[in-house]
Amino acid sequence: MASTIRVRAVISGDTTEVQSLIRHPMDSGFVKDSKGQLIPAHHIEVLQFEHGGKTVFTALWGPAVSKDPYVKFSFKGGKKGDDLKVSWVDNKGASDSLMAKIQ
Amino acid sequence: MTDFSEAPRYARRTILKSAVAGGLLGLGLGSFPFPAFADANAKDWPADAFKHKSEADTLKALYGKTAEASDKVSLDVPEIAENGAVVPIAVASTLPKVTGIAILVLENPNVLAAAYKIPDGTQASVANRLKMAKTSKVVAVVESDGKLYSAAKEVKVTVGGCGG
Repeated sequence: MASTIRVRAVISGDTTEVQSLIRHPMDSGFVKDSKGQLIPAHHIEVLQFEHGGKTVFTALWGPAVSKDPYVKFSFKGGKKGDDLKVSWVDNKGASDSLMAKIQ
Repeated sequence: MTDFSEAPRYARRTILKSAVAGGLLGLGLGSFPFPAFADANAKDWPADAFKHKSEADTLKALYGKTAEASDKVSLDVPEIAENGAVVPIAVASTLPKVTGIAILVLENPNVLAAAYKIPDGTQASVANRLKMAKTSKVVAVVESDGKLYSAAKEVKVTVGGCGG
């Protein structure tokens, strides 16, 4: 199965800009389905980025983050070809992770 | 007779004991020299902070303090969001020693939308996409050197992104 995580980490100067898209329903818990039943909340809780044995960014998300969430941030200390690990866990205990390379 | 039945029982106990010891040893080794990459842990999620209906209660739960307005917090939002399900929102700050950024949508059922931890070496800048139930004030909060600073803007929502 294809990963739910897409990530692009590009270095420019001493700063690595990271953009990531995750495939996830991010159900808010306030929306009803076609039968009028509430769809229970289902959202990513923690999304973490690690580089060189150190967490460089942590997102703590509630159900108000849009479906198929997108996030962008930048950090210093990366080098071209370095590993960047992305991992997430949701409120139902599902998780995924991906190892990407800084370009 | 008894000797015959004792022998295997003892053997089994020994195997169990060594399995337990081996397991502990494995854990000890696993957590010591190779913790290069860990996975996101749901224990880090501040469940309580995501339950509040007001800005003050949310910030108290998340950071244990209140925020003051600052022009060093920049909040980039659309003036009008045609689709409340996907509203692009970016926060940045020129404040020193930033350790956290939070985004609150005051008219949403629970006001805290997202919180970010910014370790040393990571820039005080984040962009994401949030859902907005209706027209609302959006508040960006930045934790800098142990204090909270905020900026707020109103976003008009044409079609809400939370209701059904």
